[in-house]
Amino acid sequence: MSIVSALELATGAQAPAHVLSTTVAQYMWLLPVLPLLGAMGNGMIALGVGRARGEQVDATTARHPLVTLMGPGVLLASFALAIAIFVAMLGAGMSASAGLATPFILRLGSWIPAGALVIDWAFQLDQLSMLMVLVITGVGTLIHIFSVGYMRDDAGYARYFAYLNLFVAFMLVLVLGASYPVLFIGWEGVGLCSYLLISFWFRDAANVAAGTKAFVVNRIGDAGFLVAMFLMWRTTQHLDFAGAHAALLSQAGTPAVVAIALFLFIGCTGKSAQLPLYVWLPDAMAGPTPVSALIHAATMVTAGVYLVARAAPVFSGAPAISLLVTVVGALTALFAATIALRQWDIKKVLAYSTVSQLGYMFMAVGSGAYTAGVFHLVTHAFFKALLFLGAGSVIHAMHAAYHATHRHDDPQDLRNMGGLRRVMPVTAVTMGLATLAIAGVPPLAGFFSKDAILSAVFARASGSPLAQASLLGLSGQTILLGVYAVGMVTALFTAVYMGRLLLLAFFGENRTGSDAAAALHEAPGVMTIPVVLLAILTVAGGWLNLPELMPLGRPELLEHWLAPVTGASAARLAGTVPLAHGTEQGLILAAVVTAMLGLGIAFIAARRPITDKAHAAPDTGVSALLANAYHVDAGVDAVLVRPTQALASVALARGVEPGIDGLFSAVGNGLTAVAALVGRRVQDGDVGKYAWVIAAGAVLMLAALSLR
Amino acid sequence: MITEALIVSAILFVIGVVGVLTRRNAIILFMCVELMLNAVNLSFVALSKLHGVTGQVFVVMVMTIAAAEAAVGLAIVISVFRHAGTVDLSSLKLLRG
Repeated sequence: MSIVSALELATGAQAPAHVLSTTVAQYMWLLPVLPLLGAMGNGMIALGVGRARGEQVDATTARHPLVTLMGPGVLLASFALAIAIFVAMLGAGMSASAGLATPFILRLGSWIPAGALVIDWAFQLDQLSMLMVLVITGVGTLIHIFSVGYMRDDAGYARYFAYLNLFVAFMLVLVLGASYPVLFIGWEGVGLCSYLLISFWFRDAANVAAGTKAFVVNRIGDAGFLVAMFLMWRTTQHLDFAGAHAALLSQAGTPAVVAIALFLFIGCTGKSAQLPLYVWLPDAMAGPTPVSALIHAATMVTAGVYLVARAAPVFSGAPAISLLVTVVGALTALFAATIALRQWDIKKVLAYSTVSQLGYMFMAVGSGAYTAGVFHLVTHAFFKALLFLGAGSVIHAMHAAYHATHRHDDPQDLRNMGGLRRVMPVTAVTMGLATLAIAGVPPLAGFFSKDAILSAVFARASGSPLAQASLLGLSGQTILLGVYAVGMVTALFTAVYMGRLLLLAFFGENRTGSDAAAALHEAPGVMTIPVVLLAILTVAGGWLNLPELMPLGRPELLEHWLAPVTGASAARLAGTVPLAHGTEQGLILAAVVTAMLGLGIAFIAARRPITDKAHAAPDTGVSALLANAYHVDAGVDAVLVRPTQALASVALARGVEPGIDGLFSAVGNGLTAVAALVGRRVQDGDVGKYAWVIAAGAVLMLAALSLR
Repeated sequence: MITEALIVSAILFVIGVVGVLTRRNAIILFMCVELMLNAVNLSFVALSKLHGVTGQVFVVMVMTIAAAEAAVGLAIVISVFRHAGTVDLSSLKLLRG
């Protein structure tokens, strides 16, 4: 190891130092370390209070002042550092002649030095990871602050913040890692935290089952990621981004690159809840609502989109797989949007909406529009975090009202809400803005990012290298046009189900029940302020990447910002001819009309009277299919889960003791007996014989050495 | 000159090996082992002409250790004789598996 690192140090000293190496960016290791320290501190409080009271489970850390200070505090510190690094990057980008064309790689130490395989603890700062860090720490801070209000009366207050801080630490490792294995640490770490937080209220068996489901389904995707890394090592002998991507670029189009891209994408379908591995995300709503906002909407589930953008040189070298990514994204978007149309649980609607929006992001990154995908990732982080936090405020109020009146109705059922805008004006206005944003109404953030995706897909359908590629015999052109059509239909459904949610929850007559309705109240300031800040971002987020058509400010800031990272890869898939302005205006008009049409349909549909869950007529036909999410869970249960369990129980009842255990014991005992028999014969106490064996061995060894 | 010395050394070594393999008397075995050691010593000394004085230093060390080993070994042989009444190795087979 010492020789290797000495060599590396020697070569490192010869290379010119990066412009950022003397700025505040050299402290970027603190970004994940700060939340990690917070996690340890909060964890110690969670364990310590339990020990001190001698009854670990029942001890409460609710409203623990140190936790309130430390939990959001470390995030705020991390966010401040991220801003400082961002400013340093802006300064360096302006002064350096070549701009920041190469990433700043900070090597912290050696992790796996094994012969040719040398993996370092190294972080990489470039435009993409900087953007992700800003979103994670910024949105994360707001959600942490919101959680102070939402979770303050929970007995597991300290444990909650320990998990949440740990999650942010791993997420930052994920986006800062300079190689696939380091990224994978973050990837697995966020999966672990997701599991811990979904099962946070572990006394309810359903929550534990949901956490386990998320963990198991993610593991299937992770296996794909691992295979991709193995293949990458076999093909290129590199696992760091710079080395692997350079080597894979020179082999673009070979089966090895196609296989690597395919397995990487399998990893993405697990973490980012795409078909067919989306099933865990709707169930993940069992966790506390701010967790859904942070992990299952704004950050962790977008890791797959980040990975495709990060591995853009690999995916752009495998156009067929890029087409597959975009097709899976489109199908997922439509599939989840239709399910969301008939859900009554406010969080389920948002969960399926998240799956659907992630589909949009994959549509974009699959068609090589990496900027559009990342742009939608960012705006989605703003408005979906806002929607979940708003839903959290609603659930919080409903729960408190039912608790005060000792009723046992479902606080998350849209049929029990209605008219909430009168008691929760701030939440109603902010959620209204977010709804308009996700539906694609200009000039809110979601409009710009969704339009960027749809027009990018449409533009690549003609005359681009991607349109000339093919997947399963279909030409790229056909596929991309189909994807665009599916994207438009999905946009319509998005406007319908989001309009429906807003109207059901905040407008019309109140259905909470006369006594409970009086107990409804707006959320406290610590919860509304983060929501309002997110609402500002939701309104302003579109200015990150304005289309050139709209003279509202400097166009395509994000496109220029990300160009050093993804520009070359995007250019390999995109056509050289830009869309005609007339066509682009037509696309924008179509998108706006679609959004308005969807909201109109929602408005008309909301006029129908609502009956509560107990008195509702059972769904029939298509709506039953949608309400039950196409019976996918039941199907998986019947085809995979129950046969496995049946087999396991049969094996346990009949086979394990005499059969499997017996077999292993018999083999073990037999081997021991044979070895003893042989050994006893050989070792008979005759020293002369031993001498002969030694001599024969020496002769054999000499012969082997001289014949070699 | 070196060649001859090495040939003598090889012959001595083989005699020693054959003695160890064929004889069963512990004393004779001992002498054969000494013969092998001294065969190696001879080649050390011979080769030190080519490779410097290290070989001679080794010879001194081998002789010292061989002397110590002979002292310990003969003591063991005596106590074996007192215990079993013989030093024939073919009749000493207590240590078997």
